[in-house]
Amino acid sequence: MADKILLAHGSGGKLAHDLVEKSFVKVLANPLLDKMDDSAVFELSGRLAFTTDSYVVSPIFFPGGDIGKLAVCGTVNDLATSGAKPLYLSLAFIIEEGLALEDLEKIVNSVQAVCGEAGVEIVTGDTKVVTRGSADKLFINTAGVGVIPEGVNISGSNARPGDKVILSGAIGDHGIAVVSKREGLSFATKLKSDCAPLGGLVAEMLKASPDIHALRDPTRGGLATSLNELAQQSKVSIRIEEKEIPVREEVLAACEMLGFDPLYVANEGKMIAIVPPGDADKVLKAMRRNKYGKKAAIIGEVGAENPGRVTMKTVLGSSRIVDMMVGDLLPRIC
Amino acid sequence: MKYITEFRSSELGKGLIARIQQRSKKKARFMEFCGGHTVTIFRYGIRQLLPPTIEMVSGPGCPICVTANADLDKAIALSQIPGVIVTTFGDMLKVPGSRSSLEKAKAEGAEVRTVYSTMDALDTAEANPDRSVVFLGIGFETTAPIIAASILQAEERGIKNYYVLSLHKLCPPVIRALLDSGGLELQGLVCPGHVSAVIGSHPWEFIAQEYGIPCVVSGFEPLDILQCVEMLVEQVEKGDSRVEIAYKRGVRPEGNQIALELMERVFEPSPARWRGMGEIAGSGLKIKSEYRRFDAEANFDIKTAPAVEHKGCICGDILRGVKTPADCKFFGKACKPENPVGPCMVSAEGSCSAYYLYGGERGG
Amino acid sequence: MCLAIPALITSIEDKEAEAEIGGISRRISLWLTPEARVGDYVLVHTGYAINILDQEQAKETLEILREIAEGVED
Repeated sequence: MADKILLAHGSGGKLAHDLVEKSFVKVLANPLLDKMDDSAVFELSGRLAFTTDSYVVSPIFFPGGDIGKLAVCGTVNDLATSGAKPLYLSLAFIIEEGLALEDLEKIVNSVQAVCGEAGVEIVTGDTKVVTRGSADKLFINTAGVGVIPEGVNISGSNARPGDKVILSGAIGDHGIAVVSKREGLSFATKLKSDCAPLGGLVAEMLKASPDIHALRDPTRGGLATSLNELAQQSKVSIRIEEKEIPVREEVLAACEMLGFDPLYVANEGKMIAIVPPGDADKVLKAMRRNKYGKKAAIIGEVGAENPGRVTMKTVLGSSRIVDMMVGDLLPRIC
Repeated sequence: MKYITEFRSSELGKGLIARIQQRSKKKARFMEFCGGHTVTIFRYGIRQLLPPTIEMVSGPGCPICVTANADLDKAIALSQIPGVIVTTFGDMLKVPGSRSSLEKAKAEGAEVRTVYSTMDALDTAEANPDRSVVFLGIGFETTAPIIAASILQAEERGIKNYYVLSLHKLCPPVIRALLDSGGLELQGLVCPGHVSAVIGSHPWEFIAQEYGIPCVVSGFEPLDILQCVEMLVEQVEKGDSRVEIAYKRGVRPEGNQIALELMERVFEPSPARWRGMGEIAGSGLKIKSEYRRFDAEANFDIKTAPAVEHKGCICGDILRGVKTPADCKFFGKACKPENPVGPCMVSAEGSCSAYYLYGGERGG
Repeated sequence: MCLAIPALITSIEDKEAEAEIGGISRRISLWLTPEARVGDYVLVHTGYAINILDQEQAKETLEILREIAEGVED
């Protein structure tokens, strides 16, 4: 087999077939995938959650993960925010010709590892190869399906005044870890992406309180953007306290250097939960018992006045508006 | 983080706020000139914490906001020359010029790269010997010595494909022009902390002596701003007008001589165009003739169509502190961060952007 | 203008140094502050140290702010 991925690997012929069988199916092995039919056939009952995502992160290997791990975690977490138990994923690769086979195999191994942890299976996939320059090394598209337990009603439009806002841990790790390797901006840090599958965390939260109103994973755009989305969907206001928000010192330092606000930096292993006030402590305790929720904290609450608005009480006691992120976070000198 | 976290202490902040409330009796309007100060003031809701006797107004200290469309157009035109890689600080990417922006030019195929430092731009030049790397030199006296150093570093390393488009500007001349333009009654000036780290505090003397306006050089943490305001209040109450340094850990009265020498070795003052203020003599920097080979203006055929300023955009008035974003008919409607009409909405420290993102009115 | 952060110099080679803040570090240039030494804190703007931070003055400023905070409580 070639050391590099060629256009032929995506064209459906022998080379393509071999790649899929030896490098993908053998590693991701499960009864549905092993059949190698054009579609995976299975039965599910109950309310289903269904999601799709595409991943174009650069660089494809970053401290704490890679694009494969990111793809699985992102999909699993989207399902988890509906309260669903994530079950089956599809995995489609768009590969830039010339990608090293070794890199692709590392990524597939990474996918397998995190699928194992998350308890999900890749049951169907697709592979395309495009000419040099038409993709940035590797793009991944996924879709995922899961089942929502009875009695669970989670939606971004369910937040109610009086609800507490809980954050599962420190913000900004992923965005800063990725930027630390970006050409022109790089710096040395031990910081790793927080990329993690949170299906298990959410399951435990639901055990503590089946009445959780809303869940959101604050990915691109950061905590600020997700809170704004929730406030708008639910037509409520959200007020958070700066001193309650956990942020690692390295993230703060990198943000100071580059001129970023941690509230807008991407996360890939965090959950925001909006819960009725009576259940907040129970849910918080359940989160802190899970390895991905050790630093969970109640960071604010939901209000009725000024629907759609998110405000923050600063460490000095004053109040400021926290808007949605616009465009990309760009480093600044001023 | 050492020397940052301590200057965000809520306990010490409360003390300063209480003292300001106690001491401030006379009405006073203070201008913060530096965009970095504008960001701190908005981010920490400083206006809310001050008594009603004090009004804070933002000035033209955002080097991005004050870059005229014609100059931005030059940068965009350079990026469209085949073989040119434009390296820039992130601030400039989205600023709208007459017709386009660097970000749009990039989407259309121009090579535009964001860098944190000129060190990265120099590395890019070395790694791409058959291309021309042009660095977009924006910023005031904090940044100009650094750009000067980058030219000398290029010389030392034998890098022949590194150029600078100098759009640098100087602060004292524009403050004088601002004060002369009238319409702005100020009782105090919050002087830029890092510009002063380079030029020292003496260049601000003329403001206190000729215009009778108290000046205090401030750092960028919330306690720094509060301490600066407290010192300005003391001067106002006593009827003083002096230049003081609050940011003593960062600024010496004589500044950084080495940085100044670097700046003077490579650059010389020249007239410069300021958005909203027109051309001001001696307020810009141009590369001296002995360093001509690094000057983008001298080495490239930069073709631009006549510059167009957006009608109705009152960035200029806002920069001069005579109007606020709320006075602008585009603010929050046609002009938002995702679709800016003028630079004040793009730059993180532009007044309009700060008002929009952190919440207008009294600034939070 | 002027995002500049205080960073600790942990090593120096020629006109460059390794500067650390809050657990992250980056190579910076000492062209504007050739007199800086390992152990100094410098203000870093776009990868260059623009001044050496005066740690004594920092302490004094915090002392003044503490006195103000205490004075007001009276």
